[in-house]
Amino acid sequence: MQLIFEKSVPGRNGVRVPLSDVPKASPFPDALRRKEPVLLPEVSELDLVRHYTNLSRRNFSVDTNFYPLGSCTMKYNTKVTENAGGLFAGCHPFLPLLPGGERLVQGPLSLVHGLEQQLAEITGMDEVTTQPLAGAHGEMTGIMVIAAYHKARGDKKRKYVIVPDSSHGTNPASAAMAGYEIVTIPTAPYGDMDLEQFKNAMNDEVAAVMMTCPNTLGLFNPHIAEICAIAHQAGALTYYDGANLNAILGKVRPGDVGFDVIHVNLHKTFSTPHGGGGPGSGPVGVKKGLIPYLPTPRVQRKGDGSFAVEAHPEGIGRVSDFFGNFAIMARAYAYITLLGREGLIEVSEHAVLNANYIMARLKGEYELPFDQTCMHECVFSASRQLQDGVHAIDIAKYLIDRGFHPPTVYFPLNVKEAIMIEPTETESKQTMDLFIDVMLEAARIAREDPEALHRAPVTTPVGRLDETRAARAQQVCCE
Amino acid sequence: MGYCPNTPDEIREMLAVIGAGSIEELFAPIPAELRAKSFDLPPGMSEFELMRIMREKAAAGGAEIVPFIGGGIYDHIIPAAVDHLSSRAEFYTAYTPYQPECSQGTLQALFEYQSVICRLTGMEASNASLYDGGTAVAEAALMSLRITERNRVVLDASINPLHREIVTGYLHGLSAEAVEVAPDGCGSDLKRLIDSIDEETAAVIVQNPNFFGSVQDFSELAVKAHEKGALLIISGYPIALGLVASPGEMGADIAVGDGQSLGNPLSFGGPYFGFIATRKRFIRNLPGRIVGETIDNQGRRGYVLTLQAREQHIKRHKATSNICSNQSLCALRGLIFCASLGRKGFEELAVLNYDKAQYAKSRLTGVKGVSVMNAGTTFNEFTLSLPKDAAPVVEKLLACGVAAGVPLVQYYPGMDNALTVTVTEKRSKAEIDRLAALLEEALCS
Repeated sequence: MQLIFEKSVPGRNGVRVPLSDVPKASPFPDALRRKEPVLLPEVSELDLVRHYTNLSRRNFSVDTNFYPLGSCTMKYNTKVTENAGGLFAGCHPFLPLLPGGERLVQGPLSLVHGLEQQLAEITGMDEVTTQPLAGAHGEMTGIMVIAAYHKARGDKKRKYVIVPDSSHGTNPASAAMAGYEIVTIPTAPYGDMDLEQFKNAMNDEVAAVMMTCPNTLGLFNPHIAEICAIAHQAGALTYYDGANLNAILGKVRPGDVGFDVIHVNLHKTFSTPHGGGGPGSGPVGVKKGLIPYLPTPRVQRKGDGSFAVEAHPEGIGRVSDFFGNFAIMARAYAYITLLGREGLIEVSEHAVLNANYIMARLKGEYELPFDQTCMHECVFSASRQLQDGVHAIDIAKYLIDRGFHPPTVYFPLNVKEAIMIEPTETESKQTMDLFIDVMLEAARIAREDPEALHRAPVTTPVGRLDETRAARAQQVCCE
Repeated sequence: MGYCPNTPDEIREMLAVIGAGSIEELFAPIPAELRAKSFDLPPGMSEFELMRIMREKAAAGGAEIVPFIGGGIYDHIIPAAVDHLSSRAEFYTAYTPYQPECSQGTLQALFEYQSVICRLTGMEASNASLYDGGTAVAEAALMSLRITERNRVVLDASINPLHREIVTGYLHGLSAEAVEVAPDGCGSDLKRLIDSIDEETAAVIVQNPNFFGSVQDFSELAVKAHEKGALLIISGYPIALGLVASPGEMGADIAVGDGQSLGNPLSFGGPYFGFIATRKRFIRNLPGRIVGETIDNQGRRGYVLTLQAREQHIKRHKATSNICSNQSLCALRGLIFCASLGRKGFEELAVLNYDKAQYAKSRLTGVKGVSVMNAGTTFNEFTLSLPKDAAPVVEKLLACGVAAGVPLVQYYPGMDNALTVTVTEKRSKAEIDRLAALLEEALCS
């Protein structure tokens, strides 16, 4: 499809700018003026609308296709929460920072505070900040809070953060951004961080352990409380990556198990759409002893019930301009309020039921490296198909031809030819049966006609793309 | 409300396939002592009841206040097509485009976005967006540390103070240092900035227009920084780029800023997007996602996420940054906004902002005792000196439904009388005249 720039016709007008109702100012000084105009496309409104409408049709999305993308939790986005999120479009975030401005924005401030309280109860934490703008931003914020805690105690020798090898790549990257060195612990045959190796790695130079539970294999680690206790004994803190929280709402609270810090991905667990790669939102919750180190400012409830924005002088400072991705937070607040206690528990129960159903039906044809009851996602390996020369990616591309977004492939890194499937709670048995049939069909074709899978996809506007060429050419904008 | 579709009969069938007697049995791997101690949330409700609560909260959101405030976030027009097109579910309910063949919509849109950002900033390579303006400045600072292998940045204090706080925080853990240089009045102190560059300086970071609204020429600063092996980072406000010389034209190495004003509503703080663009030679040091052009197995043009070897899912703790997603949907809004206005409209919009602000400047300085503090050119913001403390004046005008500006004292100690006023194309002559009248009244009493 042509680029919007290629549809441009010199002199064609787009949207009209308002007429000026003030006198013309003396010209902007030439010395500071740009020499070249900005070469934006010149298209009519209809050209524009057709272009982006037709572009959108080249996307798979949750609203158009089953999207079982493991660990990314692509669940259905409730529509009323979209409406709710849009209600705040006209609220300026600088208002509460003006003298006397807080009383004008009690509605959005109460929402920030309300969401913080909801998330604290859901995760078992004492306080939450909504400032971080994405999950990985939350991770970094959480680790910065941990660093501030150790520093305030005069504990200067802690320079390591421990992560399991199955962790999301963002965990070690975030800890490195906060200045830590990373120690990676391998996965034991029971599917989680090797307890013995973890014990050996733990000492008084470790600042924190970062984990997710259930982990990226979809397994609940039975040693989780012990791991927290060992870390605490050595003076380290425990960080919970909330990416997989959708599996345990109302069942387990990381704060009860022994975690000190958590981030939650609102776009994963609380049904805010991810927009093709963002926005997300990554609030961070902490236990009592860490509250002083949360970022500034904080929304506090005063004695008279009103909400105020307060500086947080001992905190790590600002990690974003204002109160986080507010309109995303508003969607999550609306979702939690809409579903309520029983609705959220039902979410986890059905997410786990659906994942186990798919696992049970596919394990005859696909290798299941950790054959245990799974939580919200299950991880297969295409190792059997590989014997016929078929890779996980070939199966993924075949699914596209059959109308399904592929599961996550090649992650986690500790499973060869990994295929990670997360159906989520909102998919029906009928949809999953269709998906399972296609997965079984792919396994059969892998045996009978592997070439057919190498050719896939054939129904999409483009076929398999040359990624090496893209990296070499580095063509990242239109000349 | 049930979004979970399976009926009791279907649940029984599924459990039979799994070999479990109940859903609860599936949670057996969780030891009893680890079960939630509390889950104290109210019961759910209907859509109707929910929207009543949400409307109440939104109604107490200050949207009726006439804003002459910016602080990095601006109240601009948003063409209707931006909302309609970005509301297409194929865009907003999709994920990061890991499977390019079924994500060409998002990928091509991001490639077009990158092209728009390069054209706005006068740069050669853009990523697919960052979180927001403040974190974008911080990422640019980190990028300069990686490129130069030095550990100190010089930060012009006329940069948005919220952004400065973020930069300082980001550098703190890495034992890198941010040295702040105080402004000269309402402008950057170019001489002191140049003098502050030493052998360990990775970059000088300035903002144009700056937090006071002043527009400056940083060409000489670029030359001096480069002479000492340092980079120049210019943070900017994209609407101004319809009129003001681009970072590229001034010789900057990295251009960053907040893209909010390109088609994203105020929304009490987000979501917005940060933009970052640079010279092609620094592309491997760009943080975040990048979309690249390539061809498919039949020679057709297509787009993919590229240079992924820099990213955390491959490099883990050695990645260029921890940023895993971008602000795709907000960037899409920015793209559609720019394409809606087009070459001519975008320039007209910038000129309109300039003209309206110049009008406001002349009206407000007509008030007795009020003068402009900026020495030279301003864009759509300017800083006034009032004959008394600015904070109580702003408070008084808020009660009349007008946010007159940002009092600077909380960010620049000693500037008690200073007030930064923002005027966008949305402020009418009548609103500006009313601001002048209210200000006069407040100062007289």
